[in-house]
Amino acid sequence: MSEEQVSHEGFEPKIIAFLCNWCSYAGADLAGVSRYQYPTNTRTVRVMCSSRVDPALILEMFIHGADGVLVGGCHLGDCHYITGNYYTEKKVKLVKKLMEKAGMEVQRLRLEWVSASEGERFSKVVADFVNEIKSLGPSPLAGDKPDEQKLEGLYVATNAARDFRLRSLVAREINLTEKGNVYDKKISQEEFDNLMDTAIEEEMARQKILFTTMDKPFSVLDIASQVNLSPQKVLEHIVTLKDRGLIVVDRYEGVMPLYVAPKEEVLR
Amino acid sequence: MGDKVGAVLVIGGGIAGMQSALDLADSGFYVYIVDYSPSIGGAMAQLDKTFPTNDCAMCIMAPKLVETGRHQNIKLVTNANVEKVEGDAGNFKVTINKRPRYVDESKCTGCGLCTQRCPVEVKDEYNRGFKIRKAVYIKYPQAVPPIHCIDQDHCIGCGICETQCRAGAIQYSQEQEKIDLKVGSIIVSPGFEEFDLSVKRREYGYGRFPNVVSSLELERMLSATGPYGGVVLRPSDGMIAQKIAFIQCVGSRDRSIGNPYCSSVCCMFAIKEAVIAQEHTPGLNSTIFFMDMRAFGKEFDDYYIRAAKEHRVRFVSNNRISSVEEDSKTKNLKIVYIKGGELQEEEFDLVVLSVGMEKPKGAKELGEKLGIELNDFDFCSTTIFSPISTNKPGIYVCGVFQDPQDSPDSVAQASGAAARASSIITSERNTLTTVKEYPPERVVGEEEPRIGAFICHCGINIGGVVNVPSVVEYVKTLPNVAYAEENLYTCSQDTQEHIKEKIKEHNLNRVVVASCTPRTHGPLFQNTVAESGLNPYLFEMANIRDQCSWVHMDEPEKATEKAKDLVRMALAKARLNAALPKVPIDVKPSALVIGGGISGMNAALELANQGFEAHLIEKEGKLGGLVNRLHYGLKGEDIPGWLGKIVENVEASDKISVYKNTTVKDVSGYVGNFVTTLNQNGEEKNVEHGAIIVATGGVEYKPTEFLYGKNDKVLTQLEFDNIMYNNEINPQAKTVVMIQCVGCRDEVRTYCSRVCCVEAVKNALKAKEKNPNIDIFILFKDMRTYGFREIYYEEAARQGIKFIRFFDDTKPVVTDDNGLEVKIYDHFLNEDVILKPDYLVLSVATIPNPDNYDLAPLLKVPLTKDGFFLEAHMKLRPVEFATEGIFVCGLAHSPKFLNECVSQSSAAVSRAATILSKEKLFVEGTVSSVDEELCIGCRTCEFVCPYGAIYKDEEKLVAKVMEVLCKGCGICGASCPENAILIRNYTDLQLTAQAMAALKGGI
Repeated sequence: MSEEQVSHEGFEPKIIAFLCNWCSYAGADLAGVSRYQYPTNTRTVRVMCSSRVDPALILEMFIHGADGVLVGGCHLGDCHYITGNYYTEKKVKLVKKLMEKAGMEVQRLRLEWVSASEGERFSKVVADFVNEIKSLGPSPLAGDKPDEQKLEGLYVATNAARDFRLRSLVAREINLTEKGNVYDKKISQEEFDNLMDTAIEEEMARQKILFTTMDKPFSVLDIASQVNLSPQKVLEHIVTLKDRGLIVVDRYEGVMPLYVAPKEEVLR
Repeated sequence: MGDKVGAVLVIGGGIAGMQSALDLADSGFYVYIVDYSPSIGGAMAQLDKTFPTNDCAMCIMAPKLVETGRHQNIKLVTNANVEKVEGDAGNFKVTINKRPRYVDESKCTGCGLCTQRCPVEVKDEYNRGFKIRKAVYIKYPQAVPPIHCIDQDHCIGCGICETQCRAGAIQYSQEQEKIDLKVGSIIVSPGFEEFDLSVKRREYGYGRFPNVVSSLELERMLSATGPYGGVVLRPSDGMIAQKIAFIQCVGSRDRSIGNPYCSSVCCMFAIKEAVIAQEHTPGLNSTIFFMDMRAFGKEFDDYYIRAAKEHRVRFVSNNRISSVEEDSKTKNLKIVYIKGGELQEEEFDLVVLSVGMEKPKGAKELGEKLGIELNDFDFCSTTIFSPISTNKPGIYVCGVFQDPQDSPDSVAQASGAAARASSIITSERNTLTTVKEYPPERVVGEEEPRIGAFICHCGINIGGVVNVPSVVEYVKTLPNVAYAEENLYTCSQDTQEHIKEKIKEHNLNRVVVASCTPRTHGPLFQNTVAESGLNPYLFEMANIRDQCSWVHMDEPEKATEKAKDLVRMALAKARLNAALPKVPIDVKPSALVIGGGISGMNAALELANQGFEAHLIEKEGKLGGLVNRLHYGLKGEDIPGWLGKIVENVEASDKISVYKNTTVKDVSGYVGNFVTTLNQNGEEKNVEHGAIIVATGGVEYKPTEFLYGKNDKVLTQLEFDNIMYNNEINPQAKTVVMIQCVGCRDEVRTYCSRVCCVEAVKNALKAKEKNPNIDIFILFKDMRTYGFREIYYEEAARQGIKFIRFFDDTKPVVTDDNGLEVKIYDHFLNEDVILKPDYLVLSVATIPNPDNYDLAPLLKVPLTKDGFFLEAHMKLRPVEFATEGIFVCGLAHSPKFLNECVSQSSAAVSRAATILSKEKLFVEGTVSSVDEELCIGCRTCEFVCPYGAIYKDEEKLVAKVMEVLCKGCGICGASCPENAILIRNYTDLQLTAQAMAALKGGI
């Protein structure tokens, strides 16, 4: 038995489950009616549609120490709100990418389609997820001493998920790739994914810069070494952030401007 | 008119009966549903998935079940049957015989303790005997009413259930009860029985060979709630079936057993099962042996094509399998079939018999009691002009009892029957229904929350696992909890009164109940809260039974901890719950009907019958549309004579304004309040109305193939019908050839036009009637004479009309180098046949009205890839769009028969009447709202909203929610780039608080 496994002994994960009212919550009810037993680790928040689950809301759960998050919706094509779950799928894909960037294991987030008649499947999904989280061990952000770096990474990811750019793109993904844009042209999934990946990369970097400079002025060179980007790239982001009114020049030290991000803008 | 009664009796609570009941109850009539079974739901409740969307049947049906079960103006009389009917249309006196269920319906909470300890095991009919149930039981987990029943045939009278029931609901002394009802009209929707394999067609080995099962048995196997958890196992040895054969037409299209008709649904049913089985067991192979593949409905052919291509379902046509043999060792099954003119034998793991539909149990007696005429097969007899009326005024019919049909057709007919049933008692609308009156709401505002928490034991369902008293003690320590207590059954009637008292006594302004699921019991408690003068949204629920005590039975301590967390979470949300008002919206009691064909005209007349105004617009200068070109019905009915009367009635009605030569230029507004700009001969005019019915009809395809337009012996069926009607047919003509599927079921149009097979048979019979010596050849792909229309196909064959099948690679070739010649490869003769017709009649596609492409964007509703209008849900919402207040019927929806247009257009009116009959609509409080300060008008919300409920106000440049259309799904809020949209009752704050309450506590 490895040391890591020993340290997980007795670990009971905290899992938040966002379940849609019409299918997955109904499936969970049916698991009860049929007495399918499963571990006690989930705590359910009922939403009307899985598409209500905001990307930022999922990330916030991890910030506050959730060991896992389960999002449950109707099977594709079965959504009570016709098309909602197709959007859920895209949102969860985005959150996973953000988690990856933040250094968080993506397996801690699961999207599952469970129908109202799949009580047994619901119980299996939960049991399987609990097992997976148990083998991963406690979230690095849970407990009294969260991993600072990962915590900041998640704050950065949450802010990126709240920002307009990623939200606008993810909401339009289906339209642009499947239905066609304003010129009646479709963007290929590959092209869109590239676009999205670039946007994620950039927005994460920008949010990171904001966190670095929050209430503490730094030069481009300082920031670059802290966020692990070239000074040129950092400057480009700072120009964008200045335009968005999120960062300002604090003062000049000789020929070197120092930038600061007002706390209230970063921790909106 | 005082002697009319504003109530309707619905006989049979399947999907059709429920739809009729909901429509009627929602438009001001009191409804009684009498069901023979202890619970409603009918056949659909047993289905796993539905075609052609593969929707989970229970997922789409459960909301309707629950709504029917708790509707204020629907009374369920289950375990009962009609004993006697007296009186006439408008005023019937009905005696119902209610059999004892030995359970007091007013006391049973459905908790299920009785079932658990019952020692008597019975084969569970719901799972086709593959599972067991108890002698005291509930039919299926989602059954409505959720009341248990003692099965007297099996109960041994041990008395245990009484000892277990904490609600005191077991009543061994119950007796049969007679209930007298007064109703104005009656809808008959008793459904069907499946063909009884144990009696006839024994040669298939059903009952003798364990691996021969019926299609409904397979359905239960495929269901996640079924015996094998969705995996198809061979009953003989429990191995996963790898190779399945479906035998079609078992008990249908079979005169020798008395069922010559087609059951209409089995072809699609088999394809669906084959597809789902393959999805559940990748690598599984299915073969369907059939005579004709009857995929005649909307999007059915696409499903058929996908099944073959994507799911590798093998289709073997032109085969009626005669028997099944078993290998006694392996229990595999052998089938002999014809391929390429030769007999072949093949072995399968499992054989599925696609059983047909028969008359419902007791059909004859029911018919006699009601005084309605039945057809030769004891289904209800109707005419093409009144497909949902029986011969007896005031009694209507829908669903399979009228003609074997699938759920969408049944649902459409059910709504249609509701329209017919209510039109004769419109004067009595709102006379017997009640509107729930609540005391004035106490304004809670920003008051500090004072929460009352009621924790349920549910007998021992919760209390036997979760330590309820400790939960109560814990809850009392939490902030804002002003009162907490435990209840044996929080849902019982006396507890409701008790909760109300406690709300007053402790001046509570929030209530949390911890018990079962909010999906079934939320509305009950919301009602209690509202009766005490609190806004119903100040209520919150914690599910500590279905999602706690029942699923953690062996871990009482952990379950108790979880229950505490769940209650703490509910409290966290409840603190933030706000009173949400129901906003009233005025309704204009009139509708715009777009299209003056038969569907549009029938809709307009039906609206007028219901007392609503109709604006009927027709693009042409004449009413009637495509039906102007029809002359005969299948039984020789006089269509022009009937159509003339309809036109007359439309034009004479003072409730109907007819606008000819008119098109729609613009549409604005929303449900209850539309404004449409019409263009009549270049002149514009605005009309205001509460609903829209789209009935734009269809168009006959103008063929480019088979020398049409080049040789004047080549006609379409409608043109042929016309020359026969006008006696212009050449009396010397010796040979008529008909070619089916011209312009459809091909690469361009993959769909089936549904009516052409029957039209061909009809015209062929007519031609024979005019000249018995004429030779007629019908060249076809599949003859799709579904339902009772099959009888005429049979008759055509009997009269010597020849049917020659062709495939995509053996299409007929038509030339006129040597006079008109048709070359067709005959698979039986194995050679080309040359025919020299005097008339070549093409059964051409019905194509959608090209105007649909202009109209759809104006109405903001979708079209299918073929250009027909796409309804909200193919299965259960066949005549309405996702956008509320807009409906569709007739050929605008998809190709269909005259009688189907009539019932579907009545259905559209029935659905519209649920809106138009109300003075005001009330918008639910759980809608989204836009913060105009934050909104930048980017229209993201508009893109993602499935209901067209949010749009950009071009003046203010911000998003606006049309609350009346919003369903509260929340997608807009979770997508808004600026976080400018609030989802009421599911706000970010509420959801975060609820989840955080879980994370902050331990697990």
